[in-house]
Amino acid sequence: MAERADNGQSPLPDVAVEIAGLHKWYGEFHVLRDINLKVARGERIVICGPSGGGKSTLLRCINRLEDWQRGTIVVDGVELTDDPKHIVAVRRDVGMVFQQFNLFPHLTVLENCTLAPIWVRHMPKKDAEALAMNYLARVRIPDQANKYPARLSGGQQQRVAIARALCMNPNIMLFDEPTSALDPEMVKEVLDTMVELAADGITMLVVSHEMGFARQVADRVILMDEGQVIEINAPKGFFEAPQHERTRSFLKQILH
Amino acid sequence: MSAISDQAYLRVLPAQKLPPPAERTGIFNWLRENLLSSPTNIVLTFLCILLFAWAVPPLIRFFLIDAVWSGTDRDACLASPAQMHPGACWAFVRVWVSYFVYGFYPLAERWRVDLFFVALTLGIVWLARLSTPRRDLGALYFFVGLPILSFILLHGAPLIGLPVVPTSLWGGILVTVVVATIGMVFSLPLGILLALGRNSEMPVMKLAAVGFIEFVRGVPLITVLFMASVMLPLFVPEQFAPDKLVRALIGVALFASAYMAEVVRGGLAAVPRGQYEAARALGLTYWRMMGLVILPQALRVTLPNIVNTFIGLFKDTTLVFVVGVFDFLRTVEAARADPKWTTPNTTVTGYAFAALFYFVCCYGMSRYARSVEAHLTRAGRR
Ligand SMILES: Nc1ncnc2c1ncn2[C@@H]1O[C@H](COP(=O)(O)OP(=O)(O)OP(=O)(O)O)[C@@H](O)[C@H]1O
Ligand SMILES: [Mg+2]
Repeated sequence: MAERADNGQSPLPDVAVEIAGLHKWYGEFHVLRDINLKVARGERIVICGPSGGGKSTLLRCINRLEDWQRGTIVVDGVELTDDPKHIVAVRRDVGMVFQQFNLFPHLTVLENCTLAPIWVRHMPKKDAEALAMNYLARVRIPDQANKYPARLSGGQQQRVAIARALCMNPNIMLFDEPTSALDPEMVKEVLDTMVELAADGITMLVVSHEMGFARQVADRVILMDEGQVIEINAPKGFFEAPQHERTRSFLKQILH
Repeated sequence: MSAISDQAYLRVLPAQKLPPPAERTGIFNWLRENLLSSPTNIVLTFLCILLFAWAVPPLIRFFLIDAVWSGTDRDACLASPAQMHPGACWAFVRVWVSYFVYGFYPLAERWRVDLFFVALTLGIVWLARLSTPRRDLGALYFFVGLPILSFILLHGAPLIGLPVVPTSLWGGILVTVVVATIGMVFSLPLGILLALGRNSEMPVMKLAAVGFIEFVRGVPLITVLFMASVMLPLFVPEQFAPDKLVRALIGVALFASAYMAEVVRGGLAAVPRGQYEAARALGLTYWRMMGLVILPQALRVTLPNIVNTFIGLFKDTTLVFVVGVFDFLRTVEAARADPKWTTPNTTVTGYAFAALFYFVCCYGMSRYARSVEAHLTRAGRR
């Protein structure tokens, strides 16, 4: 936590992410329809919903991997516009973990973790390595630091990906189905890492269908379908007394 | 239902671990499995042996057994009572070999060329061997240090006591190697820029890159060379026009870069989209993303194709003679016309020597590409 506080010069706003009136089209196809969402500092949000509902697209708008046609997104007080300065500022501040890990296969685990601190934060190599070892220890794979990603199991690769994102000392972490590509026996090690991270107080937006995880750590759970936010609710209400018909049918499908 | 599915089973004794059965080895087994496995195979094997027996002994006889290895003029290579059917006239190559290597480069300055060859070899070995340390420094040496050093050595620098040797005196293998190396050193970065331009989202960049690549690829090298040498003076006043060799170099480098661009583009297409996204999500700028994440992977997968392009480039250098540059093949051409050495076998020997030189160089590159490919497959890092 201490490392994170010195990130911005000014104190961070209480609202980590503010999305207002967001619309996005792929050609004729309306992927995101009127999304409005305020995420408080330190809040943990889990987004679920049927495939193709626009969950990934929404997450990818938050660090501007995708652009949009209408609406605004403000991240830690910086409004995302076409201005490359704003985009880079937001990306330095927002870590992202992908379903397919997306580790750099030509670099060792340690080099994967130090790349951005060295080239984006201009940190001396020694410091970057110390920082990376610190985070690799936290995700419990410091002994794999000099291996190439292809030599690691899926669960280990995903934990490296989490460490790589944390090395930028982000204030916000985005997770896009971090456990969907993993064999069942590896899901737990990654979820445990994420639970620890949540306990640290970092702001998290997680697209996931791991309902146990959602119950355990989420402050709010969101159901997205057909590009719309259908329901936002505290986990207890979301799972035990869902308000919307689609939430009920979705929960029935995935919980049997 | 059936008797089989009703049978329950429980292992009582563990199955033993056994060594694999001995492989059938030995020369006869190898012959049978590889050369004589089927009637077609047997026929093909014997046809090949016949072809071999028909073609190879006369070649060996001509180029090795009956060859003349020493002598001072044509008499050594002409038929005489002692040697009724003289073979290849290697004596001619021995006498002329320094001309083949240096052209008219002044005798007293040839050590500079030798030093250049040594410096170049060092650079190639440093870069090409995957196991050598600090290959990043090697790249810096090859792409920055070596060109400067070579220019000072070959062209001369009166300030430090190296007299200028005009390029009109350069020739032979020196010129071939210089043209090929410069072509390679410039075509790779230029090709990368063109490939990035072609993939760019900026329409103007894209159009310029596509236009250049398609134009150059649609025109024979000989035309590009003529244009570089004939059309350049139309734009630049004669006294500022670069000399003949530089014009040829520009032509070759531009030509090769268009092909290199397509090769690099193929490599870029092999890098998954997730790599771009991960790099951008970390806040890397476009050039850092390309330089640190995308290109290292793209160039690695496409290295065999890059070397292939280099092989083509190396052979294409023989065309620079059309603009009056004396490359290796041209020196062989010139030497075989020497009246002192006119014999029936001089020309054949000269060309055989040239063929041998090009073959050794190109085969070396090809072997290298193969070994890198095998290495990458073994390493299995995608
Ligand atoms: N680049 C693109 N071009 C066109 N359509 C796209 C593109 N990317 C996504 N889509 C479409 O947008 C819709 C939403 O995609 P998105 O990936 O956000 O869904 P998701 O909720 O993450 O689904 P999943 O659970 O399958 O990951 C899908 O119908 C998808 O086909
Ligand atoms: Mg998705």
